Amino acid sequence: MKHIYSKENKALLSELVRTDFKLRYQGSVLGYAWSLLRPLFMFLILYLVFAVLFKVGKTIPNYPIYLLLGIVLWTFFQEMTQQSLGAIVGRGDLIRKIMIPRWLIIVSVSIGALINLGLNLVVVMIFVAISGMDLLRTSVWLPLYIIEIYVFAVGVSLILSALFVKYRDISYIWEVLLQAGFYATPILYPMSLISNINIQKIIFLNPLAQAIQGARNVFVTSSSTTIGNVWLNKFAFLIPLFIIFIFIAGGAIYFKKESKYFAENL
Amino acid sequence: MKNEKGVIIKVENINKTFKLPHEKNTSIKNIIINPLRKRTFERQQVLKNINIDIKKGEFFGIIGRNGSGKSTLLKLMAGIYSPDSGLIHINGNLTPFIELGVGFNPELTGRENVYLNGALLGFNRKEMKDMYDEIVEFEIVEFAEIKKFMDQKLKNYSSGMQVRLAFSIAIRVNTDILIIDEVLAVGDILFQEKCFQVFKNIKKSKTTVVFVSHDLNSLKEFCDRIAIIDRGKLVDIGDPSKMVMEYEALVAETEDVSHEEYDKHEEITKSRSRPGTGDYNIEKVEVINNDGKKAKHLLENESFTVRVYYRSNKNIPSFVCGISITDIDGVSLIGPNTKDSKFKLPGIKPQSEGYINAFFSTNLLSSGVYFITVGLFDSLVSKPLDYYEKAVKFKIIGGANHGKFNIEPKWSNHKTSR
Repeated sequence: MKHIYSKENKALLSELVRTDFKLRYQGSVLGYAWSLLRPLFMFLILYLVFAVLFKVGKTIPNYPIYLLLGIVLWTFFQEMTQQSLGAIVGRGDLIRKIMIPRWLIIVSVSIGALINLGLNLVVVMIFVAISGMDLLRTSVWLPLYIIEIYVFAVGVSLILSALFVKYRDISYIWEVLLQAGFYATPILYPMSLISNINIQKIIFLNPLAQAIQGARNVFVTSSSTTIGNVWLNKFAFLIPLFIIFIFIAGGAIYFKKESKYFAENL
Repeated sequence: MKNEKGVIIKVENINKTFKLPHEKNTSIKNIIINPLRKRTFERQQVLKNINIDIKKGEFFGIIGRNGSGKSTLLKLMAGIYSPDSGLIHINGNLTPFIELGVGFNPELTGRENVYLNGALLGFNRKEMKDMYDEIVEFEIVEFAEIKKFMDQKLKNYSSGMQVRLAFSIAIRVNTDILIIDEVLAVGDILFQEKCFQVFKNIKKSKTTVVFVSHDLNSLKEFCDRIAIIDRGKLVDIGDPSKMVMEYEALVAETEDVSHEEYDKHEEITKSRSRPGTGDYNIEKVEVINNDGKKAKHLLENESFTVRVYYRSNKNIPSFVCGISITDIDGVSLIGPNTKDSKFKLPGIKPQSEGYINAFFSTNLLSSGVYFITVGLFDSLVSKPLDYYEKAVKFKIIGGANHGKFNIEPKWSNHKTSR
C-alpha cells in the first residue's frame, strides 16, 4: 500500500474533500457563505435561549463563549461520525470499481469535518471579540483537546463505517446514541448542576466530556471543572485517553479486516 | 516468490467464493429476535484454482461467457476483491480501472470531473494540470466539442461525450499495467476507431495490458495471448486465433444452438417415417471429430468421420451405404456412397450389428449448420433397406461465412494496358 503522504494519495484526498465541499452547497445562492452563516445563526439562537432567557450559567464567567465552545466541539464529533458512518456505503461506486485505500475515504470525511470545525472556531472568535473576553494564555493548549476529540472520532468512525456496510440499522442506533451522549456530556449545563460527585466522576470518563471541559478550562475560564478536579488526581485524564486508544486501535484493526470485503458486501 | 524473469502479474492458485445470503438479513432486529437461526448462504465458487502468468509488455486477453468469472478475476488482480486462497503478485505499478469514468459525478463540471477521476487513477496535482491541458486539446474531445462544455455540469453532457471524456483521461494514465474491462462496448463507430488507434499506441509502448472483451475480432487483433475462462475455471491459454476458435467451439457446445430453423428441422425429422424394406436398420449416426470424439461441432477445415451404426435383420450378401450432407435449406452438397467408391460392404448375419466409418480428410464446408442423411441400399441400389433423413446435425464454426464452401483460389493480378 502506498504511504499516506504519497503524492497520489494527497491529490486524491484533496479531490475527495473538495468534491464533498462543492456538492454540499451545490445550487445554493450564498454557497460557501452558508458554512459560516449556519453555525452563526445556530449559536445566536442557543445564546438567546440559554444565556439570555434561562440564564443557565450565570455563575460561569463568559458563559456564552463557554457554551459555544462546547457546542462547536460536540458538533465536530457528531458531524464526523455521522458522515463517516455512511461514507463507505455512499462511495460504493468507487469501492466496487477501483482500488483506492479505503481508509482514505474516512480521512477525507474527517478533513471535511476539521475544515468545518475551523470555520466554527472563526465564529467563536467573532463572539469572543464581540463579548470583549480576554483570551487566556492557556489557550495554546486548545489544539491538544481538538486532536484528542479528532482521534476519538476517527476511531469511532472506522468502526461505524465498517459496521454500516453489513448492518444498516447502525445509522438509527447511532442517532439515538448521539442524542443520549449529547445530554450525558456537560454541554448545555454546567458541571456544577450535578450534585452527586460519583455521577460527575462517571460522566468524566467519557472522553468527550473530559476533552470539552478541558478545552473550556484552557480557553474560556480556568474555573471550569476538569477531570482532575473531580477525581482529585491529576493523572485521571489517562482513563479517557485509554478509552480513546482502545477505540482507535480496535477501529483500525476492525476496519482493516473488513475493508477487504467492502467491495463484495456493498 | 519465485522471481521469474519478465512475469509482471502472477496469479497463483486463486480461489474465490461469494457468499450469497438467501434472505438478506441485514437488520439487527432479526438477529436479536432470532439469534440462533443461522444465516443461510449460497456459496458460489466463482473462480477455481486459477493460475496465470502475464509477462511484461504483453497484451493479454481474457474471454469467457457472462458470469464465467472473468470480471471477478480482473477485480482480484486490481485488488478490489481479496481471494479466499492463493496469491496474486503484481510486479509493478497497476492502474486499476475496471470501468471508464469511475467517480464521475453528474453534479460536477467537466473540469472538476477530470480532476476527480484523474486523482482516482493516481495522478498527482501537477500531472493533473498537464493532463487537463492535454485533454482539452485532445482530438477525441475536440471531435465531440467538449472543450466549450468543460465548465458545464456533467449531467448536461450526452452519454457519448461523457465516454469520450472518461476515455481521454484513462489513456493518459502512466502505468506499468492497465486493466481494461469492456471498453469498446460503448460509443459509436468513430469512437471505437479512436479506441483502436489508442490501443495500437499502447501496444507499441509496451505497457502490459489485461483486456477483457466480447469483441473477438479486436481480441484477435491486439492480444499476444488469450486465456479462456469458463465457469470459474481456466480452460486454456494460448495463441489468440486458436483461442478464439476454441472459445467459439466451447460456446457452441454448451449453449446448444438455438437456431429456429434448426429446431423446426428436428421436429420434422422425428415425425418422419423411415422408408425402406427394414432388412437392415440404421441404429444411429454420429459425427466424430479430429480427436476421435463424438461432436456436434467441428472447426473449419477440421477433418471428421461420419459413423453409421447398423443392424442386420435379414441375410443378404452385400449392401451399399450412401451419405448425403445437406445445408440448412435442404440442398444436398455432397452425396458419396460405397458403391461409387468401390468399397464393398458384405452382409452380416441377422441380429448382429456393426458400424461403417466414412472419413473425410478434407473439409471444405464453411461455417454453418449441416445435416447428414444416411441410406442403406441393396447391392444394386434399387430399393432402400433403411433411409434416415437428417439423421444428425452438426455445425461448422470459426471463420467467415461466404458461401457454402471454403475454397481459396490462388490470386494473381496482371496489368494488361500499357
